[in-house]
Amino acid sequence: MAIRQLQYREALNEALHEEMARDGTVCLFGEDIGPYGSPFQITRGLYEKYGEKRVRDTPISEAGFTGLAVGAALTGLRPVVEILYIDFSTLAMDQIVNQAAKARYMFGGKARVPLVVRMQGGAGRGNAAQHSQSLEMWYVHVPGLIVIQPATPYDAKGLLKSAIRNDNPVIFVEHKLLYNTTGPVPEGEYLVPIGVADVKRAGADVTIVATSRMVLFALEAAERLSAQGVEAEVIDPRTLKPLDVETIVRSVQKTGRLVVVNEAHLTGGFTAEVAARVQRQAFDWLDAPIMQVATEDVPLPYSGPLELEALPTVEDIVRAVRETLPTGRR
Amino acid sequence: MDLGHDQLADLYHRLWLIRYFDENAQDLYRRGMIRGTTHAYIGEEAIAVGACAALNRDDYITSTHRGHGHCLAKGGDPKTMMAELLGKATGYCKGKGGSMHIADFELGILGANGIVGGGIALATGAAYSADLRGSGQVCICFFGDGASNQGVLMEAANMAALWKLPVIYLCEENKYAEFSPSLPFIAVDRIEDKARGFGLPGVTVDGNDLLAVYEAVSGAVERARRGQGPTLIVARTYRIEGHTVGDPLSYRPKGETERWKSPERDPISRFGRHLVSTAGFSEQELAGLQEVAWAEIEQAIDFAVDSPDPEVGTLWEDVYA
Repeated sequence: MAIRQLQYREALNEALHEEMARDGTVCLFGEDIGPYGSPFQITRGLYEKYGEKRVRDTPISEAGFTGLAVGAALTGLRPVVEILYIDFSTLAMDQIVNQAAKARYMFGGKARVPLVVRMQGGAGRGNAAQHSQSLEMWYVHVPGLIVIQPATPYDAKGLLKSAIRNDNPVIFVEHKLLYNTTGPVPEGEYLVPIGVADVKRAGADVTIVATSRMVLFALEAAERLSAQGVEAEVIDPRTLKPLDVETIVRSVQKTGRLVVVNEAHLTGGFTAEVAARVQRQAFDWLDAPIMQVATEDVPLPYSGPLELEALPTVEDIVRAVRETLPTGRR
Repeated sequence: MDLGHDQLADLYHRLWLIRYFDENAQDLYRRGMIRGTTHAYIGEEAIAVGACAALNRDDYITSTHRGHGHCLAKGGDPKTMMAELLGKATGYCKGKGGSMHIADFELGILGANGIVGGGIALATGAAYSADLRGSGQVCICFFGDGASNQGVLMEAANMAALWKLPVIYLCEENKYAEFSPSLPFIAVDRIEDKARGFGLPGVTVDGNDLLAVYEAVSGAVERARRGQGPTLIVARTYRIEGHTVGDPLSYRPKGETERWKSPERDPISRFGRHLVSTAGFSEQELAGLQEVAWAEIEQAIDFAVDSPDPEVGTLWEDVYA
């Protein structure tokens, strides 16, 4: 029997329904998440079931309602906050970085902040500079936070459930162009573990590590490469922090080549972090320098052709892979 | 709620506990035994003690960088606090927080915050949690006149007013904000006027009158427990010391501090006089309570000094649950 297909957004919605039914302390905060069901329809049906105290429409006050959620998390609730665009999380930086991430440590281990902050980022539909960013590395940099970035409906549902059950502050980063993608999501209860990478495609010639929407690009690149006789292994870390470096290293020990793809900017982005770690742990197995495929170091432009130029493409990934091959290196 | 003899004695003792704690903290800092810096609550004791007298043990407070008084008033242990200021393993935060991050969750102390205004949204969230759980708890959010200019106050107060959250925003107007007087930076004449703009009631009290603070906070706590929502209380006081130890106070007019130190204005002197004239206390009794407080602080210092530093391996503990 075929597994049913769900949209990424539907999978997230199911996760919320299940976790709110399971645990009465789970509550939601965000703009337009109540009767409207949230702009990306992630919270559809929850207000009708659970009412306004557990599904709380907030004013446009990211700092205020994120901080409120931190305070609620410190005092017995398990809040899930929706910040509509990761770009707006800048308004809540103190609450996330100075309060949520630090409380447990600086209070000597007595505090618990079981908070999930859901955001979405990414570019590709002309939302321009302030609505297209991939800022997840800012949060990866902060000790005390967990950062998750699922690429498929299956992973999205399983990881959101795990995130809600986790006792730490979790930054859960979705992608605006993944909401309508579909994928198999089994009926019944399941969790995806935090901190475990997923080999989305096995291959022996090159390792491609990709996150979020770039996983789809990487898989397409793998198909094109396969037609050219190059078999790529595509690894989706799913959790950026804690990062499952071991799975990546094991793959590189097999292939000897690594290309990292991520929609954050090249400088200080996820690709740099993976490259730094892998070169240290798998130096002797590398047959070529690690390639980074990332967004250009420019604010995302509005114009279509310009935006396309700034973002990674499938061809960029294919080209990067070719550069790691013996015939490809100058 | 009428305060009995024993309760009044406890409050008087607590005032001195705070006064001695912070006088000694400043001294320990000058002697190089406290790192970073420390912010003295000296002269403001009546606010913390009067406010916390209106709370139950399971009610919440959020505190500030100038928060030793709040924590002691809520029942915090001087030994464990002093050990934390000295960075010892026996401190409230195992030496990892220091002066600005005292927390005791069993006493509802949700942490002192090093970010000015950092506790405002948190306190509002604790109130939200109490309301959703139907527990009847309330939360007092302590913050200063300088912090009343932080944008998050408007955001949090707006939500508290909308949803009638059981939070009391207690502004300690001590006339100074870091290294400047605070008035030139506030556009309204009275900080309580901001409350109307946020949609909740505001009241100003003499912060150096312990019983006035107690009464105002009791009223706000009652409102909150009845589901009538938040209140802004502005307690007027004076920051006797500088922002930090070593603050040259060049921005302060000459003679001003001396005036506020006088027995007529000092909150402890005023409460003591009230206890003798109106509540049947003797001078000896007051002196006895003062001595007990002094002894406790001496013991706290000894405990802290004799405690060990945290083991190096604890560096990596408690980053995650």
